[in-house]
Amino acid sequence: MIPVAFDYQRATSVEDAVDKLTEAGDEARVLSGGQSLIPFMRLRFAVPDTLVDISGIRDLSFVRVDADRIRIGAMTRHSDLARDPVIAANLPLLGAMAGKIGDTQVRNRGTLGGSVAHADPAAEYATLCTMLDAEIVTTRRAIPASEFFLGRYTTPLAHDEVLSEVTFPVATGGHSYIKFGSRLFDWAIVGVAAQVLDDGVRIGLVSMADVPVRAVEGERALAQGATAEEAGRASTTGLAPTASVRASAPYKLHLAEVLTARALREAGAVRV
Amino acid sequence: MKHHLSTSVNGVSRQDEVEPRLLLAQYLRDVVGQTGTNIGCDTSQCGACTVLIDNEAVKSCTVFAVQAGGHEVSTIEGVAQGSELHPIQQAFIDNHGLQCGYCTPGFVMATKYLLDQNPDPTEEEIREALDGNICRCTGYTNIVKSVLAAAAALAAAPSPHAEGA
Repeated sequence: MIPVAFDYQRATSVEDAVDKLTEAGDEARVLSGGQSLIPFMRLRFAVPDTLVDISGIRDLSFVRVDADRIRIGAMTRHSDLARDPVIAANLPLLGAMAGKIGDTQVRNRGTLGGSVAHADPAAEYATLCTMLDAEIVTTRRAIPASEFFLGRYTTPLAHDEVLSEVTFPVATGGHSYIKFGSRLFDWAIVGVAAQVLDDGVRIGLVSMADVPVRAVEGERALAQGATAEEAGRASTTGLAPTASVRASAPYKLHLAEVLTARALREAGAVRV
Repeated sequence: MKHHLSTSVNGVSRQDEVEPRLLLAQYLRDVVGQTGTNIGCDTSQCGACTVLIDNEAVKSCTVFAVQAGGHEVSTIEGVAQGSELHPIQQAFIDNHGLQCGYCTPGFVMATKYLLDQNPDPTEEEIREALDGNICRCTGYTNIVKSVLAAAAALAAAPSPHAEGA
């Protein structure tokens, strides 16, 4: 399908993007890699009257380590992150997840900031942000991940607020990301990420609710000496995932429990 | 409102006036008039429309033409040299890497991107790298064979097609 007609403007800097978005009004949207927005526009789920393209802003593509945080520019692409040596050395879980997003072509265009701003609970980064207490930095403020993902495709971002970077803690302990889909490039039916930190283990679940999930009950069980299977069962406490044509809710719950146990073993978070 | 687009397609500079909502795939087919880039699924999944922007594989149905401004676009039409097929194209023919052929331009471009980055891929690496391309005829076995053969051919006789030559 063909998107509804819109005006296109190319921003030369973050400030310029904010100016153009402010002037265009509240039906304007930011275009970064376009790998979520363009399909949405073609289905006419999204009908912006103006797109402000930030993909030419080179300052928004970077990976830096500041003390114990990794800072990643919004325009940094999945393909860059999947092979970035600084990511591999400081937060290898992120690199592993980036390499499993979409397919080769999508990873060459799609960006960290675009995926986070899209706030799809079936997306890898949204879950990573939530489980590791990422901070989402915009042109106005810094928002903790716990206050950012308000619902499916819903965030507190204003129309003229540009997501400029996301910061994560450095985490070099054991980790695992298991994505379960019917085909290699598909969305995860369920995905489970596990990360060992100095003060415990974090568990994140992809596509198990309208928002990304940090499995706090599973983490707590683990801290109290649970086995991988027990922690897996605890991880789905209180969840009521949406069924799809590919998976019923009970199937998703079962998958999440089994994959959590598997991810915890892979991450070295439990005795095997 | 139309926008000015200044881009390059297969090494030829172009200046066009396009609507912002025009997708790159439609631009290549309907404005440039090069119809080798096929539109298959129209939902960003099948990869038949794969082209290279600045030597990187993208789905041209998921890029607006205006976004190609200032960048170099390469399509299937630019792969052969005159009547001499590129070793990747020849390998697909020799190994029956196609049946109906609809997905083939996308597979050839995705393969070109893969072999530019990784000239000697394993079968597993090939299957992972081509995860964005769907073929409904072959079952992929012969496509993987074709890519392995293309890699061997390019390694044996680096042709003028090779990257950087």
